[in-house]
Amino acid sequence: MTRNVVVTGIGMTTPLGGDVASTWAQALAGQPGISQIPWPDWHPDQPAKIAGLMKVDPEEILTRVEVRRMDRSEQCALIAAREAWADAGSPEMDPVRLGAVVASGIGGVNSLISAYETIKEKGPLRVSPHMVTMIMPNGPAAMVGLEVGARAGVHTPVSACASGAEAISYAARMIQTGRADVVVTGGTEACINTVTMAGFGAMRALSTRNDDPNTASRPYDLDRDGFVMAEGAGILILEEEEFARARGARIYGRYGGAGLTSDGHHIAQPDPEGTGAARAMREAIEDAGLDLSSIVHVNAHATSTALGDYAESIALRAALGSHIDQAIVSATKSMTGHLLGGAGAVESIFSILALRDRIAPPTPNIFNFDPAIQLNVTANGPVALPAGDIAALNNSFGFGGHDVALVFTSV
Amino acid sequence: MSEDILAGLAAIVNEVAGVPVEDVQSDKSFVDDLDVDSLSMVEVVMACEDKWGVKIPDSEVKNLKTVGDAVTYISANV
Repeated sequence: MTRNVVVTGIGMTTPLGGDVASTWAQALAGQPGISQIPWPDWHPDQPAKIAGLMKVDPEEILTRVEVRRMDRSEQCALIAAREAWADAGSPEMDPVRLGAVVASGIGGVNSLISAYETIKEKGPLRVSPHMVTMIMPNGPAAMVGLEVGARAGVHTPVSACASGAEAISYAARMIQTGRADVVVTGGTEACINTVTMAGFGAMRALSTRNDDPNTASRPYDLDRDGFVMAEGAGILILEEEEFARARGARIYGRYGGAGLTSDGHHIAQPDPEGTGAARAMREAIEDAGLDLSSIVHVNAHATSTALGDYAESIALRAALGSHIDQAIVSATKSMTGHLLGGAGAVESIFSILALRDRIAPPTPNIFNFDPAIQLNVTANGPVALPAGDIAALNNSFGFGGHDVALVFTSV
Repeated sequence: MSEDILAGLAAIVNEVAGVPVEDVQSDKSFVDDLDVDSLSMVEVVMACEDKWGVKIPDSEVKNLKTVGDAVTYISANV
Protein backbone atom coordinates (compact mmCIF):
# COMPACT_ATOMS: atom_id res chain seq x y z
CA MET A 1 0.00 0.00 0.00
CA THR A 2 1.49 3.26 -1.14
CA ARG A 3 1.82 5.97 1.44
CA ASN A 4 1.55 9.34 -0.31
CA VAL A 5 3.21 12.42 1.14
CA VAL A 6 1.57 15.84 1.18
CA VAL A 7 2.65 19.26 2.40
CA THR A 8 0.38 20.64 5.12
CA GLY A 9 2.44 23.45 6.63
CA ILE A 10 5.20 25.86 5.63
CA GLY A 11 7.35 28.37 7.47
CA MET A 12 10.35 30.48 6.67
CA THR A 13 12.49 33.40 7.63
CA THR A 14 14.69 34.81 4.88
CA PRO A 15 16.35 37.98 3.61
CA LEU A 16 13.00 38.79 1.97
CA GLY A 17 10.82 38.52 5.06
CA GLY A 18 10.33 37.07 8.50
CA ASP A 19 7.60 34.65 7.43
CA VAL A 20 6.13 32.91 4.40
CA ALA A 21 3.64 35.62 3.43
CA SER A 22 6.12 38.50 3.44
CA THR A 23 8.86 36.45 1.76
CA TRP A 24 6.59 35.21 -1.03
CA ALA A 25 5.13 38.68 -1.61
CA GLN A 26 8.58 40.20 -1.97
CA ALA A 27 9.71 37.34 -4.21
CA LEU A 28 6.75 37.84 -6.56
CA ALA A 29 7.53 41.56 -6.60
CA GLY A 30 11.07 40.74 -7.75
CA GLN A 31 12.75 42.69 -4.98
CA PRO A 32 16.10 41.28 -3.78
CA GLY A 33 17.01 41.39 -0.09
CA ILE A 34 20.78 41.83 -0.29
CA SER A 35 22.67 44.54 1.59
CA GLN A 36 26.11 45.58 2.68
CA ILE A 37 27.12 43.85 5.89
CA PRO A 38 26.99 46.50 8.62
CA TRP A 39 29.96 45.36 10.66
CA PRO A 40 32.40 47.92 12.00
CA ASP A 41 35.26 45.41 12.19
CA TRP A 42 34.86 44.19 8.61
CA HIS A 43 38.37 43.69 7.26
CA PRO A 44 39.00 45.91 4.22
CA ASP A 45 40.53 42.96 2.35
CA GLN A 46 37.37 40.82 2.55
CA PRO A 47 36.50 40.13 -1.08
CA ALA A 48 32.74 40.11 -0.47
CA LYS A 49 31.15 42.61 1.90
CA ILE A 50 27.52 41.94 1.01
CA ALA A 51 25.02 39.33 2.12
CA GLY A 52 21.38 38.42 2.46
CA LEU A 53 20.81 39.02 6.14
CA MET A 54 17.50 37.87 7.59
CA LYS A 55 14.99 40.68 7.27
CA VAL A 56 13.70 40.05 10.79
CA ASP A 57 16.45 39.32 13.29
CA PRO A 58 15.68 36.16 15.33
CA GLU A 59 16.79 37.99 18.47
CA GLU A 60 13.73 40.24 18.09
CA ILE A 61 11.43 37.21 18.07
CA LEU A 62 12.85 34.74 20.59
CA THR A 63 13.29 35.08 24.33
CA ARG A 64 16.64 36.13 25.75
CA VAL A 65 17.19 32.65 27.16
CA GLU A 66 16.40 30.99 23.80
CA VAL A 67 18.90 33.27 22.11
CA ARG A 68 21.50 32.48 24.76
CA ARG A 69 21.19 28.72 24.28
CA MET A 70 20.88 28.49 20.50
CA ASP A 71 23.15 29.22 17.59
CA ARG A 72 21.70 31.63 15.05
CA SER A 73 21.13 28.73 12.63
CA GLU A 74 19.08 26.99 15.32
CA GLN A 75 17.21 30.20 16.11
CA CYS A 76 15.97 30.70 12.56
CA ALA A 77 15.13 27.01 12.16
CA LEU A 78 13.00 27.21 15.31
CA ILE A 79 11.20 30.33 14.11
CA ALA A 80 10.40 28.75 10.74
CA ALA A 81 9.38 25.49 12.43
CA ARG A 82 6.98 27.28 14.76
CA GLU A 83 5.37 29.03 11.80
CA ALA A 84 5.09 25.78 9.81
CA TRP A 85 3.74 23.78 12.74
CA ALA A 86 1.07 26.38 13.50
CA ASP A 87 0.30 26.62 9.78
CA ALA A 88 -0.35 22.86 9.75
CA GLY A 89 -2.80 23.30 12.62
CA SER A 90 -0.40 22.00 15.31
CA PRO A 91 -1.45 18.36 14.76
CA GLU A 92 -2.31 16.50 17.93
CA MET A 93 -0.76 13.09 17.49
CA ASP A 94 1.22 10.25 18.98
CA PRO A 95 4.77 11.65 19.23
CA VAL A 96 6.30 8.30 18.30
CA ARG A 97 4.78 8.85 14.83
CA LEU A 98 6.32 12.34 14.55
CA GLY A 99 9.81 12.96 13.17
CA ALA A 100 12.12 15.89 12.50
CA VAL A 101 14.69 16.10 9.69
CA VAL A 102 16.40 19.46 9.52
CA ALA A 103 19.70 20.13 7.80
CA SER A 104 22.41 22.73 7.90
CA GLY A 105 25.25 22.87 5.42
CA ILE A 106 27.85 24.17 7.83
CA GLY A 107 26.55 24.08 11.39
CA GLY A 108 26.97 26.59 14.17
CA VAL A 109 30.14 28.27 12.94
CA ASN A 110 29.22 31.64 14.44
CA SER A 111 29.07 30.06 17.89
CA LEU A 112 32.38 28.28 17.38
CA ILE A 113 34.06 31.57 16.52
CA SER A 114 32.45 33.30 19.51
CA ALA A 115 33.72 30.53 21.79
CA TYR A 116 37.26 30.97 20.45
CA GLU A 117 37.03 34.72 21.07
CA THR A 118 35.89 33.98 24.63
CA ILE A 119 38.88 31.68 25.20
CA LYS A 120 41.28 34.33 23.95
CA GLU A 121 39.71 37.01 26.16
CA LYS A 122 38.73 35.14 29.33
CA GLY A 123 40.16 31.63 29.12
CA PRO A 124 38.68 28.19 28.50
CA LEU A 125 36.64 28.14 31.74
CA ARG A 126 34.32 30.82 30.38
CA VAL A 127 33.14 28.92 27.30
CA SER A 128 29.37 28.43 27.40
CA PRO A 129 28.16 24.97 28.45
CA HIS A 130 25.72 25.32 25.55
CA MET A 131 28.53 25.73 23.00
CA VAL A 132 28.62 22.09 21.88
CA THR A 133 24.88 21.87 21.24
CA MET A 134 25.11 25.20 19.44
CA ILE A 135 27.80 24.08 16.97
CA MET A 136 26.78 20.48 16.29
CA PRO A 137 25.33 20.08 12.78
CA ASN A 138 22.33 18.17 14.15
CA GLY A 139 21.58 21.02 16.57
CA PRO A 140 18.82 22.63 14.49
CA ALA A 141 17.11 19.26 13.93
CA ALA A 142 17.35 18.50 17.62
CA MET A 143 15.97 21.90 18.65
CA VAL A 144 13.05 21.56 16.23
CA GLY A 145 12.46 17.97 17.32
CA LEU A 146 12.34 19.05 20.97
CA GLU A 147 9.98 21.90 20.12
CA VAL A 148 7.35 19.54 18.67
CA GLY A 149 8.22 16.54 20.83
CA ALA A 150 9.23 14.31 17.90
CA ARG A 151 10.02 10.73 18.89
CA ALA A 152 10.00 8.84 15.58
CA GLY A 153 13.55 10.01 14.91
CA VAL A 154 15.51 13.23 14.48
CA HIS A 155 17.95 13.33 11.56
CA THR A 156 20.38 15.62 9.78
CA PRO A 157 21.65 14.79 6.31
CA VAL A 158 24.64 16.98 5.48
CA SER A 159 25.52 17.65 1.84
CA ALA A 160 26.60 21.31 1.78
CA CYS A 161 24.17 23.36 -0.32
CA ALA A 162 22.04 20.31 -1.12
CA SER A 163 21.41 19.60 2.58
CA GLY A 164 17.97 21.21 2.83
CA ALA A 165 16.67 19.27 -0.18
CA GLU A 166 18.23 16.04 1.02
CA ALA A 167 16.52 16.53 4.39
CA ILE A 168 13.14 16.79 2.69
CA SER A 169 13.77 13.60 0.72
CA TYR A 170 14.76 11.81 3.92
CA ALA A 171 11.66 13.06 5.71
CA ALA A 172 9.43 11.88 2.86
CA ARG A 173 11.11 8.48 2.95
CA MET A 174 10.33 8.22 6.70
CA ILE A 175 6.66 8.64 5.86
CA GLN A 176 6.68 6.40 2.77
CA THR A 177 8.34 3.54 4.64
CA GLY A 178 5.98 3.81 7.59
CA ARG A 179 8.36 5.15 10.23
CA ALA A 180 6.32 8.30 10.75
CA ASP A 181 3.03 9.95 9.82
CA VAL A 182 4.23 13.54 10.13
CA VAL A 183 7.76 14.94 9.75
CA VAL A 184 8.94 18.50 10.35
CA THR A 185 11.64 19.04 7.77
CA GLY A 186 13.78 21.59 5.98
CA GLY A 187 17.05 23.42 6.18
CA THR A 188 18.73 26.34 7.88
CA GLU A 189 21.90 28.34 7.69
CA ALA A 190 23.34 31.35 9.47
CA CYS A 191 27.07 31.56 8.93
CA ILE A 192 27.70 35.11 7.84
CA ASN A 193 30.93 35.83 9.68
CA THR A 194 34.43 36.91 8.78
CA VAL A 195 35.83 33.38 8.70
CA THR A 196 33.22 31.82 6.44
CA MET A 197 33.14 34.85 4.18
CA ALA A 198 36.93 34.73 3.88
CA GLY A 199 36.83 31.02 3.08
CA PHE A 200 34.22 31.22 0.36
CA GLY A 201 36.01 34.35 -0.84
CA ALA A 202 39.25 32.40 -1.12
CA MET A 203 37.44 29.91 -3.37
CA ARG A 204 36.47 32.86 -5.59
CA ALA A 205 32.91 31.67 -5.09
CA LEU A 206 31.37 34.97 -3.94
CA SER A 207 30.19 37.96 -5.91
CA THR A 208 32.33 41.00 -5.21
CA ARG A 209 29.78 43.46 -6.54
CA ASN A 210 29.98 45.22 -3.18
CA ASP A 211 28.80 48.62 -4.40
CA ASP A 212 25.52 47.32 -5.78
CA PRO A 213 24.24 44.62 -3.43
CA ASN A 214 20.79 44.13 -4.91
CA THR A 215 22.11 43.34 -8.37
CA ALA A 216 25.02 41.20 -7.17
CA SER A 217 23.22 37.86 -7.37
CA ARG A 218 22.46 37.60 -11.08
CA PRO A 219 21.93 34.01 -12.22
CA TYR A 220 22.08 33.59 -16.03
CA ASP A 221 23.44 37.08 -16.56
CA LEU A 222 26.52 37.19 -18.76
CA ASP A 223 28.40 39.11 -16.06
CA ARG A 224 27.51 36.91 -13.08
CA ASP A 225 30.51 36.76 -10.77
CA GLY A 226 29.59 34.42 -7.93
CA PHE A 227 26.94 33.83 -5.32
CA VAL A 228 25.84 36.06 -2.47
CA MET A 229 25.90 34.49 0.97
CA ALA A 230 22.57 34.55 2.79
CA GLU A 231 21.00 33.29 5.99
CA GLY A 232 17.63 31.98 7.05
CA ALA A 233 15.56 28.82 7.19
CA GLY A 234 12.69 27.05 5.51
CA ILE A 235 10.59 24.36 7.18
CA LEU A 236 7.82 22.15 5.77
CA ILE A 237 5.37 19.84 7.47
CA LEU A 238 5.22 16.63 5.44
CA GLU A 239 2.37 14.31 6.23
CA GLU A 240 0.98 10.98 5.09
CA GLU A 241 -2.03 11.84 2.93
CA GLU A 242 -4.66 9.72 4.69
CA PHE A 243 -3.46 10.96 8.08
CA ALA A 244 -3.73 14.55 6.85
CA ARG A 245 -7.19 14.04 5.35
CA ALA A 246 -8.47 12.29 8.48
CA ARG A 247 -7.68 15.33 10.58
CA GLY A 248 -8.97 17.74 7.96
CA ALA A 249 -5.63 19.37 7.27
CA ARG A 250 -5.27 21.94 4.51
CA ILE A 251 -3.03 20.49 1.76
CA TYR A 252 -0.71 22.82 -0.16
CA GLY A 253 0.63 20.27 -2.59
CA ARG A 254 2.16 16.84 -2.91
CA TYR A 255 5.69 15.68 -2.50
CA GLY A 256 6.29 13.76 -5.72
CA GLY A 257 9.74 12.24 -5.46
CA ALA A 258 13.47 12.72 -5.17
CA GLY A 259 16.61 11.91 -7.08
CA LEU A 260 19.94 11.82 -5.25
CA THR A 261 23.20 11.28 -7.12
CA SER A 262 26.82 12.34 -6.94
CA ASP A 263 29.17 13.76 -9.55
CA GLY A 264 32.36 11.86 -8.75
CA HIS A 265 34.15 14.73 -10.44
CA HIS A 266 35.62 17.41 -8.14
CA ILE A 267 35.38 18.49 -4.52
CA ALA A 268 33.98 21.93 -5.30
CA GLN A 269 33.41 22.35 -9.04
CA PRO A 270 30.31 21.03 -10.77
CA ASP A 271 30.74 18.40 -13.44
CA PRO A 272 30.80 20.62 -16.56
CA GLU A 273 28.65 18.05 -18.39
CA GLY A 274 26.11 18.03 -15.54
CA THR A 275 25.60 14.28 -15.88
CA GLY A 276 25.12 13.62 -12.16
CA ALA A 277 22.68 16.52 -11.93
CA ALA A 278 20.74 15.27 -14.96
CA ARG A 279 20.50 11.77 -13.49
CA ALA A 280 19.15 13.21 -10.23
CA MET A 281 16.45 15.11 -12.13
CA ARG A 282 15.42 12.07 -14.15
CA GLU A 283 15.31 9.90 -11.04
CA ALA A 284 13.18 12.46 -9.19
CA ILE A 285 10.66 12.57 -12.03
CA GLU A 286 10.60 8.76 -12.26
CA ASP A 287 10.27 8.49 -8.49
CA ALA A 288 7.24 10.77 -8.74
CA GLY A 289 5.77 8.51 -11.42
CA LEU A 290 5.43 11.43 -13.82
CA ASP A 291 6.04 12.01 -17.49
CA LEU A 292 8.71 14.54 -18.41
CA SER A 293 5.98 16.74 -19.86
CA SER A 294 4.44 17.19 -16.39
CA ILE A 295 7.27 19.48 -15.31
CA VAL A 296 6.05 22.99 -16.11
CA HIS A 297 8.20 24.85 -13.59
CA VAL A 298 11.78 24.58 -12.39
CA ASN A 299 13.20 26.32 -9.35
CA ALA A 300 16.82 26.08 -10.42
CA HIS A 301 19.82 25.84 -8.14
CA ALA A 302 21.37 28.69 -10.20
CA THR A 303 23.60 30.42 -7.66
CA SER A 304 25.04 33.02 -10.05
CA THR A 305 28.37 31.32 -10.66
CA ALA A 306 29.78 31.10 -14.17
CA LEU A 307 30.29 27.32 -14.21
CA GLY A 308 27.36 26.19 -12.09
CA ASP A 309 24.53 28.02 -13.84
CA TYR A 310 25.67 26.76 -17.22
CA ALA A 311 26.24 23.16 -16.13
CA GLU A 312 22.78 23.01 -14.57
CA SER A 313 21.22 24.43 -17.73
CA ILE A 314 22.65 21.68 -19.92
CA ALA A 315 21.75 19.09 -17.28
CA LEU A 316 18.14 20.31 -17.38
CA ARG A 317 18.08 19.90 -21.15
CA ALA A 318 19.71 16.47 -20.90
CA ALA A 319 17.15 15.36 -18.31
CA LEU A 320 13.99 16.80 -19.84
CA GLY A 321 14.92 16.84 -23.51
CA SER A 322 12.65 19.07 -25.58
CA HIS A 323 10.19 19.28 -22.66
CA ILE A 324 12.50 21.83 -21.05
CA ASP A 325 11.27 24.29 -23.69
CA GLN A 326 7.81 24.16 -22.09
CA ALA A 327 9.08 24.64 -18.51
CA ILE A 328 9.30 28.05 -16.86
CA VAL A 329 12.57 28.42 -14.94
CA SER A 330 12.98 30.68 -11.90
CA ALA A 331 16.28 31.40 -10.15
CA THR A 332 15.13 32.85 -6.86
CA LYS A 333 18.65 33.15 -5.44
CA SER A 334 18.71 36.36 -7.50
CA MET A 335 16.60 37.77 -4.67
CA THR A 336 17.34 35.72 -1.57
CA GLY A 337 21.04 35.12 -2.14
CA HIS A 338 22.28 31.62 -1.34
CA LEU A 339 21.09 30.16 1.96
CA LEU A 340 23.43 27.15 1.56
CA GLY A 341 21.83 24.39 3.69
CA GLY A 342 18.62 26.40 3.89
CA ALA A 343 18.34 26.94 0.13
CA GLY A 344 16.77 23.62 -0.86
CA ALA A 345 14.03 24.03 1.73
CA VAL A 346 13.22 27.67 0.99
CA GLU A 347 13.14 26.90 -2.73
CA SER A 348 10.94 23.85 -2.17
CA ILE A 349 8.47 26.15 -0.45
CA PHE A 350 8.73 28.57 -3.38
CA SER A 351 8.02 25.63 -5.73
CA ILE A 352 4.94 24.60 -3.75
CA LEU A 353 3.64 28.18 -3.65
CA ALA A 354 4.29 28.53 -7.38
CA LEU A 355 2.15 25.45 -8.03
CA ARG A 356 -0.57 26.66 -5.66
CA ASP A 357 -0.71 30.19 -7.04
CA ARG A 358 0.03 29.07 -10.63
CA ILE A 359 2.82 31.58 -10.95
CA ALA A 360 6.57 31.24 -11.46
CA PRO A 361 8.44 33.90 -9.48
CA PRO A 362 10.58 36.41 -11.35
CA THR A 363 14.35 36.27 -11.81
CA PRO A 364 15.57 39.86 -11.55
CA ASN A 365 19.08 41.10 -12.33
CA ILE A 366 19.41 39.66 -15.81
CA PHE A 367 20.76 42.64 -17.70
CA ASN A 368 22.54 40.69 -20.44
CA PHE A 369 21.09 37.23 -20.77
CA ASP A 370 23.88 34.70 -21.26
CA PRO A 371 23.22 33.29 -24.75
CA ALA A 372 24.73 29.95 -23.70
CA ILE A 373 21.77 29.41 -21.33
CA GLN A 374 19.01 27.69 -23.31
CA LEU A 375 16.17 27.99 -20.82
CA ASN A 376 12.88 29.88 -20.49
CA VAL A 377 13.81 32.07 -17.54
CA THR A 378 11.42 34.50 -15.84
CA ALA A 379 13.76 37.36 -16.66
CA ASN A 380 11.00 39.90 -17.27
CA GLY A 381 8.80 39.18 -14.28
CA PRO A 382 6.54 36.46 -12.95
CA VAL A 383 5.02 34.06 -15.48
CA ALA A 384 1.66 32.30 -15.15
CA LEU A 385 1.66 28.51 -14.93
CA PRO A 386 -1.05 26.39 -16.57
CA ALA A 387 -4.19 25.06 -14.88
CA GLY A 388 -4.72 21.36 -14.23
CA ASP A 389 -2.32 18.83 -12.72
CA ILE A 390 1.16 20.32 -12.87
CA ALA A 391 4.55 19.60 -11.33
CA ALA A 392 7.64 21.54 -10.35
CA LEU A 393 11.27 20.45 -10.16
CA ASN A 394 13.56 21.92 -7.51
CA ASN A 395 17.32 21.42 -7.91
CA SER A 396 19.99 21.65 -5.23
CA PHE A 397 23.68 20.90 -5.63
CA GLY A 398 26.42 20.99 -3.03
CA PHE A 399 30.19 21.19 -2.72
CA GLY A 400 31.34 17.60 -2.67
CA GLY A 401 29.44 16.80 -5.86
CA HIS A 402 26.03 16.24 -4.26
CA ASP A 403 23.06 16.40 -6.64
CA VAL A 404 19.54 16.44 -5.23
CA ALA A 405 16.39 17.01 -7.26
CA LEU A 406 12.90 17.14 -5.75
CA VAL A 407 9.55 17.05 -7.51
CA PHE A 408 6.35 18.54 -6.12
CA THR A 409 2.90 18.37 -7.68
CA SER A 410 -0.22 20.49 -7.45
CA VAL A 411 -3.45 19.53 -5.73
CA MET B 1 25.42 41.16 52.88
CA SER B 2 23.64 37.89 52.19
CA GLU B 3 20.60 39.86 50.99
CA ASP B 4 22.78 41.62 48.44
CA ILE B 5 24.13 38.25 47.33
CA LEU B 6 20.62 36.81 47.07
CA ALA B 7 19.55 39.75 44.91
CA GLY B 8 22.65 39.39 42.72
CA LEU B 9 22.11 35.64 42.41
CA ALA B 10 18.46 36.17 41.49
CA ALA B 11 19.51 38.50 38.70
CA ILE B 12 22.00 35.91 37.42
CA VAL B 13 19.47 33.06 37.49
CA ASN B 14 17.03 35.30 35.67
CA GLU B 15 19.60 36.16 33.02
CA VAL B 16 20.79 32.60 32.52
CA ALA B 17 17.59 30.59 32.82
CA GLY B 18 14.76 33.08 32.51
CA VAL B 19 13.44 32.41 36.02
CA PRO B 20 11.55 35.43 37.39
CA VAL B 21 13.69 37.27 39.96
CA GLU B 22 11.01 37.04 42.65
CA ASP B 23 10.97 33.23 42.38
CA VAL B 24 14.63 32.95 43.33
CA GLN B 25 14.25 32.53 47.12
CA SER B 26 16.61 30.93 49.64
CA ASP B 27 14.53 27.80 50.15
CA LYS B 28 14.16 27.04 46.43
CA SER B 29 15.97 24.08 44.87
CA PHE B 30 17.78 24.97 41.65
CA VAL B 31 16.80 21.72 39.94
CA ASP B 32 13.41 20.85 41.43
CA ASP B 33 11.88 24.29 41.89
CA LEU B 34 13.60 26.58 39.39
CA ASP B 35 14.25 24.08 36.57
CA VAL B 36 17.89 25.12 36.37
CA ASP B 37 19.52 22.12 34.69
CA SER B 38 23.17 21.11 35.06
CA LEU B 39 24.24 23.13 32.01
CA SER B 40 22.52 26.27 33.21
CA MET B 41 24.04 25.68 36.65
CA VAL B 42 27.47 25.91 35.02
CA GLU B 43 26.47 29.30 33.65
CA VAL B 44 25.22 30.39 37.08
CA VAL B 45 28.52 29.35 38.65
CA MET B 46 30.57 31.19 36.03
CA ALA B 47 28.56 34.36 36.52
CA CYS B 48 28.88 34.12 40.32
CA GLU B 49 32.64 33.63 40.09
CA ASP B 50 32.92 36.68 37.87
CA LYS B 51 30.61 38.84 40.00
CA TRP B 52 32.04 38.08 43.43
CA GLY B 53 35.54 36.90 42.59
CA VAL B 54 34.96 33.59 44.37
CA LYS B 55 36.08 30.15 43.22
CA ILE B 56 33.34 27.53 43.18
CA PRO B 57 34.97 24.19 42.34
CA ASP B 58 32.89 21.43 40.71
CA SER B 59 33.23 19.38 43.91
CA GLU B 60 31.37 22.17 45.71
CA VAL B 61 28.70 22.81 43.07
CA LYS B 62 26.98 19.49 43.77
CA ASN B 63 26.41 20.62 47.38
CA LEU B 64 24.64 23.80 46.28
CA LYS B 65 21.16 22.31 46.13
CA THR B 66 19.22 25.41 47.07
CA VAL B 67 19.58 29.10 46.42
CA GLY B 68 20.32 29.48 50.16
CA ASP B 69 23.21 26.99 49.88
CA ALA B 70 24.75 29.14 47.14
CA VAL B 71 24.27 32.37 49.08
CA THR B 72 25.90 30.81 52.17
CA TYR B 73 28.86 29.49 50.19
CA ILE B 74 29.44 32.79 48.41
CA SER B 75 29.12 34.81 51.66
CA ALA B 76 31.68 32.57 53.36
CA ASN B 77 34.19 32.62 50.51
CA VAL B 78 33.92 36.08 49.07
